[in-house]
Amino acid sequence: MSLNEETKKEYKPLIVAFCCNWCSYAGADLAGSSRLTYPTDVKIIRVPCSCRVNPLFVLRAFQRGADGVIIAGCHPGDCHYTSGNYFARRRMTLLFSMLDYLGIERERTRVEWISAAEGVKFSTTMNEFAKTIHELGENKKLRDLRCEE
Amino acid sequence: MTELIKAKVSELLANQTADRVLGWKKGEFFYDETPAVFQAEELDDLVYDGFSAPNLSKYLIKESKKEGKVIALLKPCDTYSFNQLIMEHRINRDNVYVVGVPCRGNLDINKIREKGIKGIQSIKEQGDELIIETIYGTKTLPREEVILDRCLCCKGSQHMVADEVIESGEPAWEAKADRFEMVTKLENMTSDERFAFWRGELSKCIRCNACRNVCPACSCLQCVFDDPASKVQAKSNADDFEENMFHIIRAFHVAGRCTDCGECSRVCPQGIPLHLLNRKFIKDIDTFYGEYQAGADIEAKGPLTEFNKDDVEPSIVKERGGK
Amino acid sequence: MQKIGVFICHCGTNIAATVDVEAVTEAIKNEPGVVYAANYQYMCSENGQALIKNAIAEYGLTGVVVCSCSPRMHEATFRKAAQEAGLNPYMVEIANIREHCSWIHKDKVEATEKAIILARAAIAKVHLNAPLISGQSDVTKRALVIGGGIAGIQTALDIAEAGFEVDIVEKSPTIGGKMAQLDKTFPTLDCAACILTPKMVDAKSNDKITLYTYSEVESVKGFVGNFEVSIRKKARYVNTDLCTGCGECTTKCPSRKAKSEFNMGLMNRGAIYIPFAQAIPNVATIDPQYCIHMKTGKCGLCEKVCSAHAIDFKQQDEIVEQKYGAIVMATGFNLINLDQFDEFGYSKYPDVVTSLEFERLMNAAGPTEGTLLRPSNHEHPHTLVFVQCVGSRDTSGCGKPYCSKICCMYTAKHAMLVRDKYPDTEVYVFYIDVRTPGKNFDEFYRRAVEQYGVHYIKGMVGKVTDKDGKLIVQGSDLLENKQLKIEADMVVLAAAVEPDPSARSVASMLTASIDTNDFMTEAHAKLRPVESPTAGIFLSGMAQGPKDIPETVSQASACAAKVIGLLAKDHLVNNPCVAQSNELRCNGCSNCEKVCPYGAISYIEKEVNDHGVREVRRIAQVNEAVCQGCGACTVTCPSGAMDLKGFSTNQIMAEVDAICR
Repeated sequence: MSLNEETKKEYKPLIVAFCCNWCSYAGADLAGSSRLTYPTDVKIIRVPCSCRVNPLFVLRAFQRGADGVIIAGCHPGDCHYTSGNYFARRRMTLLFSMLDYLGIERERTRVEWISAAEGVKFSTTMNEFAKTIHELGENKKLRDLRCEE
Repeated sequence: MTELIKAKVSELLANQTADRVLGWKKGEFFYDETPAVFQAEELDDLVYDGFSAPNLSKYLIKESKKEGKVIALLKPCDTYSFNQLIMEHRINRDNVYVVGVPCRGNLDINKIREKGIKGIQSIKEQGDELIIETIYGTKTLPREEVILDRCLCCKGSQHMVADEVIESGEPAWEAKADRFEMVTKLENMTSDERFAFWRGELSKCIRCNACRNVCPACSCLQCVFDDPASKVQAKSNADDFEENMFHIIRAFHVAGRCTDCGECSRVCPQGIPLHLLNRKFIKDIDTFYGEYQAGADIEAKGPLTEFNKDDVEPSIVKERGGK
Repeated sequence: MQKIGVFICHCGTNIAATVDVEAVTEAIKNEPGVVYAANYQYMCSENGQALIKNAIAEYGLTGVVVCSCSPRMHEATFRKAAQEAGLNPYMVEIANIREHCSWIHKDKVEATEKAIILARAAIAKVHLNAPLISGQSDVTKRALVIGGGIAGIQTALDIAEAGFEVDIVEKSPTIGGKMAQLDKTFPTLDCAACILTPKMVDAKSNDKITLYTYSEVESVKGFVGNFEVSIRKKARYVNTDLCTGCGECTTKCPSRKAKSEFNMGLMNRGAIYIPFAQAIPNVATIDPQYCIHMKTGKCGLCEKVCSAHAIDFKQQDEIVEQKYGAIVMATGFNLINLDQFDEFGYSKYPDVVTSLEFERLMNAAGPTEGTLLRPSNHEHPHTLVFVQCVGSRDTSGCGKPYCSKICCMYTAKHAMLVRDKYPDTEVYVFYIDVRTPGKNFDEFYRRAVEQYGVHYIKGMVGKVTDKDGKLIVQGSDLLENKQLKIEADMVVLAAAVEPDPSARSVASMLTASIDTNDFMTEAHAKLRPVESPTAGIFLSGMAQGPKDIPETVSQASACAAKVIGLLAKDHLVNNPCVAQSNELRCNGCSNCEKVCPYGAISYIEKEVNDHGVREVRRIAQVNEAVCQGCGACTVTCPSGAMDLKGFSTNQIMAEVDAICR
């Protein structure tokens, strides 16, 4: 298929990052204002709290062709909403374990706690994750072929 | 056993404890039993035997909203689902009189057939023996050899809730297998092997929704997969992604609420071992957050609606190793 | 279909240098729903905002996307501009193409591509935006201050001064807190009582202030502007209206086993007691644990001697229900328990004391009436060793990782006072660092060293042992690089401070967050230091972190200013991005209620019309004034009935789709 050949030529992974508004999104802003680079592969979606991330969003991203999904929130204990990230932690642990169980590479999913002060951590995390995904290659297992253009 | 239950039920209807009974009746085939509501005069059709597999608790959502009180016949494992539905305010407890019925494990007609027995006309349970009348004559089988898989991992003979329990006097059925055996086996495969396994299984799905409709935890008034506004409603079954999505989300929605009643796999016409998805969640919950049996304790908060500050990090999925 | 205008900011060269803004404009012009697209040098400038406003009018825009800096920077600016042009402010979305794109990428082609994708995601979201209208809630014009130390008193006085009612809840029988126990205060050496007690009297006599002493907060419900608090007034077994505070009962009480809390257990008090002479309120309290009458039914001497007939053995706890608009946490601190620090022999030797005990030993109202005597034999001490950082800056696990901040200064004060009063004494101070930031602080410390000849030794004490009635202090002098052995008469330990143990339970009642050391967390460490992240909760004094008296008082006043700012409002505007339950889809399962950190969800029985079927259902209802919009409920809801306005499931999925397109 010509499509596959094309993608092979220059593989650019697609990474969706869900960032909580109060810590990780602000951490990404700090990475920005500190000019700490990471690949353009990473696209950030702002959510109020990591607990707003529905497993549906993660699956949807994979379905539409994302190669990796990362959820970033406040450090446990620092949630702006006091406990949202504790719920998110349980949900995502179980969801990611399930995806692993279904045979999806476990490296494609990740949760990180990044505070508003951790611009450096934001950038290193994204660099690392992008590298991992790049090495892993395309997500073929969970993508919906009908969504290919 | 049926007679014992009928007698108890007649008594309860006569003394106006309730005005009707939710129980089982024979379907098109004798082994194909179906839930039904009986008035006092219809009790002749009420049956209870090894094929009374359907979990009746879900039917109480509707039944308990009606006027009057209904007697619910619940096997020990059905009472977990009943409790879970009470916790979720789905059943009006005041309108239900729970009669706990003993259970010796449900029978699997397919396992009987696999024994090479053909032309089955009726099956009688006599102690530990099954007397099978076929067009080729009478055959016998030890009961224990043809028990439904889910009953091999029985949760126990104790009713979690009941207004009254009927005692059979027969020895209690006990679990014969580790319910996480297959989950562990899958966990020990490589990720590609697991993917191949699930792709093989889930691609059989015809989206008949039987699993969802029978599941006592899937009790939403409207399922997100039926709701056009949700943007994830059922699409054609032409693509296996939809099946992945449906079954993952369904398992996630019932995670922490699933009592492991095993109805999903029992009713799946394609024989997909759907309970292995739910059991994975149960196993993870047990390992990460402590043993939890949904429906056992009506005061419990539920593993996904509470947390501990020192819960494991999601990276445990990677650290745990495996292939 | 929305009519969307997209505005791309150059941000000077901040964006334009790395993102080809013309290409972005060109690329998104033909997106479905986009009727106008433009780029401009500074969208946030007055001209830039005018561009948006004019386009809204000219093209009848129903939605606006601004591709610019972070929404945390200018979302409010652009929303306000849209509102001024008659558009609902929540119809504006920001694509962050500066912090998340131009500033971190170098390749212009790649950065431009990404900027287009981010813009598309914002456009996809705006398509699903709906106008949101903020609700309003009333403000109860009364404040509650939890804790009646100097922090609580100062906050209450300032709030009362502005004309608002304030209640102070203090768990001990008197207000005054730790400061009342101090002898002198650094760096001016005023007597603590002389400056504190007038404030205590002011708090009592101010008709806007109500004191609930010997009382505790029992429960807190509600939300900013509308807290409902129940306060337990513990039974004193003394009618406070009748008690004149004459103290006759306290001298006659035959039970002498109770340790005086005020004197740090260095002397005993009666079972009926007034903590100290200037206590506010000046009334007696019976300690039922030690009262002979309450235990055996005998005695009752206090009842007999009380000419005011104030003793009431049958008194019961009383619950007071009160509404408040704001709550101040001023729960203060304690010194840590020193059981873990065997090396200093605190629990073994009576002459090893904590700094707070030392304050009492120096105080004229203390057990020795101000004459410094060794607790063991009541003799005059000749050699004193002070040890700093006992349990502070301790990462071994026994103590606290933080600096307690006040110890360097009060140790200098103690050393100076001892040398001043008893020139025949030798005073040694073991320190790790001497930290003296603060007005006139370093000068004060230098005086201790230079003028008063206090021996400062850089190093830590390793062991304190007892030999023939003397304390042998073994320590190291890091500057001289040698081991020291000092024969001392007294050892004073500058124990670390820690938040009062009640802080944790009160904080959880208030749903206010605390850090790993149980100090209250600020809404912003630098920019909102006296507010909790939970709206309507304010922080005063040591509850927030270690601080000395001047700092506590300034923070207390700052806290009061914030409270006054809140109470001065008649209404509060709520965040409209709150959860919302679709009553036709709600199963009434209660899972959302269980995860809500604010208790904003309740259930009602309501008749609904589900496509012609009328029935009464149990459905979730969100209190919009309480909901903070985290979205925890939306994910726990299996039927998808719960959604979050402004971050709806469909909006986020549209963003995902746009990004993955």
